[in-house]
Amino acid sequence: MATTRRQFLNLAGGVTVAGTIPIVTLRPLAATPAMLSAAIRNVVGEAPIRTGKVKLDIPPLVENGNTVPMTVSVASPMTATDYVKSIHVFNEKNPQPNIGNFYLNPSSGRAQVSTRIRLADTQKVVAIARLSDDTFWQVAADVVVTLAACTEELN
Amino acid sequence: MAALINVPAKAKRGDIIEIRTLTSHIMETGFRHTADGALVPRDIITSFTCRYNGTEVFRADLFPAIAANPYLSFFTVVKESGKFEFEWIGDNGYSSTASASITVE
Repeated sequence: MATTRRQFLNLAGGVTVAGTIPIVTLRPLAATPAMLSAAIRNVVGEAPIRTGKVKLDIPPLVENGNTVPMTVSVASPMTATDYVKSIHVFNEKNPQPNIGNFYLNPSSGRAQVSTRIRLADTQKVVAIARLSDDTFWQVAADVVVTLAACTEELN
Repeated sequence: MAALINVPAKAKRGDIIEIRTLTSHIMETGFRHTADGALVPRDIITSFTCRYNGTEVFRADLFPAIAANPYLSFFTVVKESGKFEFEWIGDNGYSSTASASITVE
């Protein structure tokens, strides 16, 4: 059925008024580029993402973007009923927005993962944790990179 | 392929232990060009799994943004003596395994 312009405007107006508060909680990262946002939505779906619980340890200034140490930890008791299901890490400006997905369970004991990553540019890194009650929590960190990774020429 | 695994040899029942793994792999991103402009084909490890006496305790999906020679560190609770088995799977049919044993008192 075709939607008339009037119906559409009514709908759009309704969403704006009713959706003011949800939009704020849905999008705490104001200047999120489209690719990063799409990658996050791909994992999270339409669920709200709250800020907190997650801690991202990454150097604020790195000389070589080819190996950047990174640790993500989540404040969680890691019991059978309250634990972290997964941790997802994203970047803003690499050619691809995903960095890694890490799957945990109650017997992990501690919700903490470390690895080394590549960063192609000075940018934001976002870590999102999915808890056992299917709530999502995130943290973002800005990293200044002096030597970029990923796109350099081979010799 | 060579892999470095760090698992404590002994632990008490119920302890949370840290497992550190490092494997050698180029992790070619697929976004690099040679000097004459040809794209270097992607060759990365896409998946890592750790099993403890047959049960999966940790799994990771890896992307080109993971640095060469992937390093991963994670935690698990040990309840009984046994064997940790590690498996890396990647592009072009890449597959590599390693294992480590632990004595639980």
